Order: sequence, then structure tokens, then C-alpha cells
Amino acid sequence: MAKSTIKLRTKEKKGKIQVKALITHPMETGLRKNKKTGEKIPAQYITDLVVTANDKPVMTAEWSGSVSKNPFISFKYAGSKSDSVTLTWKDNTGKSDSLTKKIGEK
Amino acid sequence: MKKLITTVALFALALTPIVSAQATPSEDKAALRDYFKKSLPGKNLDDFINGVYALDDDARSQWEEIEEFPPYEIALEKGADLWDKKFKNGKSFESCFGDISKVRAKYPYHDEAKDTIVTLEGDINKCLTDNGEKPFKWKKGNMAAVSAHIAYAGRGQKIHVQPKTEKAIAWYNKGKTFFYAKRGQLNLSCADCHVYNAGRKARGDLLSPMLGHPSHFPVFRSKWGSMGTLHRRYGGCNKNVRAKPFKAQSDEYKALEYFQAAMADGMELNGPGARK
Repeated sequence: MAKSTIKLRTKEKKGKIQVKALITHPMETGLRKNKKTGEKIPAQYITDLVVTANDKPVMTAEWSGSVSKNPFISFKYAGSKSDSVTLTWKDNTGKSDSLTKKIGEK
Repeated sequence: MKKLITTVALFALALTPIVSAQATPSEDKAALRDYFKKSLPGKNLDDFINGVYALDDDARSQWEEIEEFPPYEIALEKGADLWDKKFKNGKSFESCFGDISKVRAKYPYHDEAKDTIVTLEGDINKCLTDNGEKPFKWKKGNMAAVSAHIAYAGRGQKIHVQPKTEKAIAWYNKGKTFFYAKRGQLNLSCADCHVYNAGRKARGDLLSPMLGHPSHFPVFRSKWGSMGTLHRRYGGCNKNVRAKPFKAQSDEYKALEYFQAAMADGMELNGPGARK
């Protein structure tokens, strides 16, 4: 099983679910140049991010190259302890990854 | 009466041993800690291992939030993978270093026989080359990842650097001289920012006190967006004052690391750190 690019942590606090995620992704803008060859490093950045709780979207994001490398997101939504949270990202090159965790699961 | 006093005074002076030009490391350590006790009051010694976050409450609360899910986790995982991976000859880092939880606290140390300072990064590469592997680059990437993994495993242990032999003290003094010497176009010494102006601001940033500096390295700097070693930061700091940086693991930086560690002797290790 390939290692996931997503680290997902969830915590229930007073009826709200706190979701934090750290994603390993180069987030290349496409404007940086290779120091040796002088050529532009091709753009590779996450364009869409969706977090669902029990298959219902609770957060969607549309990103561009302005988001930094290895992005970190944190947000809260109204949910319950028994929820199953899934984070999926898709980037401009067509790559994607997804991870599902139950609330509080490591 | 006056003659008696003069005679006694002269006699006492004659008996006083000639004081050496340099103070001893433990005298310096005491003097430095005393200085910070006065200039940055209300802090315990171990508060200083958190640098600027011991000085500013707002920055501290932001840092504590970051630490709940720290950005250096990615490097820690990479470091763990590299630590576990076997070399081509079947050995691994564990064969060189042994119990990982005891590794970080050993460094830096003075090798009396070779009369050099041995750093953690130095021994990481020594382990690689001794086993026929290609050495890592010194400042970031794989080196920083392995160093982070080792630092994390050694958290909570104390720094133990007490230069005792003449050769060790010579290295210590080399580092001390470097620290207090002015350099660069801006003509600033390390001490100018990190001792005399610690707690004040340089443009938008708080200056950290030098006490305990090496404790939380390697460090994930938001500015770098990646993990970096102590010598990477030394180079960056030198560039900040528009001085030509020395090479990572050069004698200058090794001596500086040894001096800083000696000043932090007895303080807790809390690497890897997350900083702005």
C-alpha cells in the first residue's frame, strides 16, 4: 500500500468537529526555474480539495499556486463523534489522493 | 597605619595568582545566565529552550497551536524511514549509533585524539561513508530529516557540554570569539542581536536570546518551508548581516556550535523545533 500524502486528524469538541490536515505536495507555481538548466519547473499544485463527513461535503476549496508547499488546513464543522471524515485532493496534473478517518482515529 | 595597610595590600596582591586572559566556560555560563536573568526577568532556565516563544505571549499561543500538528511531521517520517532503511551492506544507522534515544544528547563533543569537534550531522555522514553509502548534503533534505528523527527521539534529555581539557577549551574559545566578533557589511556580531538586544525587534521579528539556542535544532522554519540544520541557520544569519557565510560543518561553525552548546549545558533538548 503506497503511503498517503495526507495526514488527517479529527477531534470532537462540544458538538463541533475540529479537522486538521497536513498534505505532502510540492505546490509548484510553474514560475520557479531550475537553477542548473534555467528551465521553468512545471506547475503542479492542488486545484480542488473536498472534505466529506459521511459522504456529505463539509468543506470545499479551490486552490492555485499561491498556496505554499505541504499545505496545512484546519477548520471546524457541526458534526457528531461517529462521523467518518474523508479528505480528497486533486491537482492540475490529474493526480489525486484521498484519506478517510473516523473521528479521533490516529 | 597607612604604611601597614599599603604593605598588607601589596602582600595580598603578590599572593593573588595571575588571572588568565580568558574566563573559564563555567564562569562564562554563569555570567551569561545572570545577564539574561536581569535583562529578561521572570523566566526559568528551561523556558529559554523555546526562544522567542518564551518572550511573547501572542507568538507563543500561535506556536502552541502549530505544535498540535507540527509541520515537521513530514520530515520526521522521512527521517524514520531513512533511519530504518538498511544500507547496501546490510547495516543501518542503528549499527553506528545504537539506541536512538541516547544519540542526540551525545553531541556536540570534543574528540581529544583528533582534536576536532564532532557534530551529530558529522557522524551521520561518517556512518554513511563508513558503510559505503553516499554522504548526505549538510544543510537540508535527508540530513535534516535524519537529524530531526534523532532529535525527536532524544527529547527531554539534557545537553551535556563541559569543555575541560586545554584543547577543548581552545575550541570553545574559538567559538566564543566568533560569537562576539563583529562581521559583515552591517558590522554586527551574533551577540549584538542575541545577547545585547535579545527580546527586542529587528524589523518584524523578535530577537531570541542565545541561551539554549542549539536545543531545538534541527528546525522547521516556515521561511524555508522545510527542515534545516543548525549550520544552515548559521549561514543564513551570517548572510543577514551581509557577511560571507562559512561552509556547513566548517571549523568556524563547529566551534560556534560547541560554544553555544557549552552555554546551554544542562538545558533540556526539545528538537526538532518549529519556527517562523
